[in-house]
Amino acid sequence: MRSMFDQQLKTLNEEMLYMGGLCEDTIQQTIEALMSGDVKKAHALNNMMSQLTQQERSIENICLKLLMQQQPVARDLRTISSSLKMVTDMERIGIQACEIAEIIAAGNVVRATDKVDFQELSNEVSHMVQMAMMAYDKKDMNLADEVIKYDDVVDKLFCDIREDLIKQLKDDTNDAECFIDMLMIDKYFERIGDHAVNIASWVKFSITGEIQIVE
Amino acid sequence: MDTIMEVKDLNLWYGDHHALHDINVDIPKNQITALIGPSGCGKSTFLKTLNRMNDLVENVKITGNIIYNNENIYAPKVDVTWLRKRIGMVFQKPNPFPMSIYDNIAYGPRTHGITSKVKLDTIVEKSLKDAAIWDEVKDRLNTSALGMSGGQQQRLCIARALAVEPDILLMDESTSALDPISTGKIEELAVELKKKYTVVMVTHNMQQAVRISDYCAFFLLGDLVEFSKTEEMFSMPKDRRTEDYITGRFG
Repeated sequence: MRSMFDQQLKTLNEEMLYMGGLCEDTIQQTIEALMSGDVKKAHALNNMMSQLTQQERSIENICLKLLMQQQPVARDLRTISSSLKMVTDMERIGIQACEIAEIIAAGNVVRATDKVDFQELSNEVSHMVQMAMMAYDKKDMNLADEVIKYDDVVDKLFCDIREDLIKQLKDDTNDAECFIDMLMIDKYFERIGDHAVNIASWVKFSITGEIQIVE
Repeated sequence: MDTIMEVKDLNLWYGDHHALHDINVDIPKNQITALIGPSGCGKSTFLKTLNRMNDLVENVKITGNIIYNNENIYAPKVDVTWLRKRIGMVFQKPNPFPMSIYDNIAYGPRTHGITSKVKLDTIVEKSLKDAAIWDEVKDRLNTSALGMSGGQQQRLCIARALAVEPDILLMDESTSALDPISTGKIEELAVELKKKYTVVMVTHNMQQAVRISDYCAFFLLGDLVEFSKTEEMFSMPKDRRTEDYITGRFG
């Protein structure tokens, strides 16, 4: 009796997973560009921004239409309202990865990849986002909790790099622009981790109905 | 939460058919309680047990207690007329008496012995005001109630129930025969009425239950499956059967 509604929810889920895939791809390509200093690859990420924004709009439209047509309650309401919240975090994740790519494309960072090693931070952040998407896909509370806990690891790596950059900047003021760009990359990665935590919290809400405030 | 009625181990049979099974629930005072569930689940039967309307049905057998005003309303000494005065009822279809608007409202108080014109005038005005229809009818109190619109007739029936100063108002799908505007008026009225009265309503309109009720009881096959705050029931129902019903998976 609610086959149309079920079909619409299935479509919403597929679109959310596609959005998650876009985010993961964007992060992966950004990391590859950063590690290899590949300016061309970084440039190529430019068109991802509009794709991410478009997909976000499309998911928002599905959610708003479902709220209007189906007046959902209980699990359905939690699924739709949490999707509306999660898609914003997903879009921010993708856009911030694109911002990193823009910095790489500007070229300052490329000539100083030996100054800071982003390998560990970027891998951990990418891992966090993957876990958050998987927690959404599998409706997995334990995995969502793991993502939330993982934020401390990423925060520590961000702080370590920041301190290292400050130290280096004090010794070498000639390349301040490069250091500032690196600090921004550091911060963008940290913010991506925060958005992954938000997604994990909304996954938990969609299962339990409780909104957890993550400090 | 103050309780106005306590339902304890209530069972009801229509002949061999066991229609209500061990119902236990406290009806909250000055709140709107919505009774929901698929057709035949027992919600209207339950509503009617609250003012003994089922007494009129042949072969009905009721066990258990409903405590109101410190006594079991099914105790032999209870005056059923008094009970139905304290616990008024409004039905699915408006059923005004074929008489003037004024006489519809004055009918109950007159039955209970009030004859003073001044007193009756006061009661009629107050009841119509409480039912949010005074401004629409004050200039035509002596015209027939049958000339009113469906929505007005239903509010008149609410006013008629209020005229005998009840404690509790039972509403059995009281908006299902009305258009959206009249439905909206009755819903707003119900929210206003709970300041003075307790409202218990049967509704098939889930959105109506969400909009105006404070508590919600879900019935299924004669069982009271879940009773909780409406907001909790419609965001995180405790029972899987409640979830399946309110999300339209059956019913």
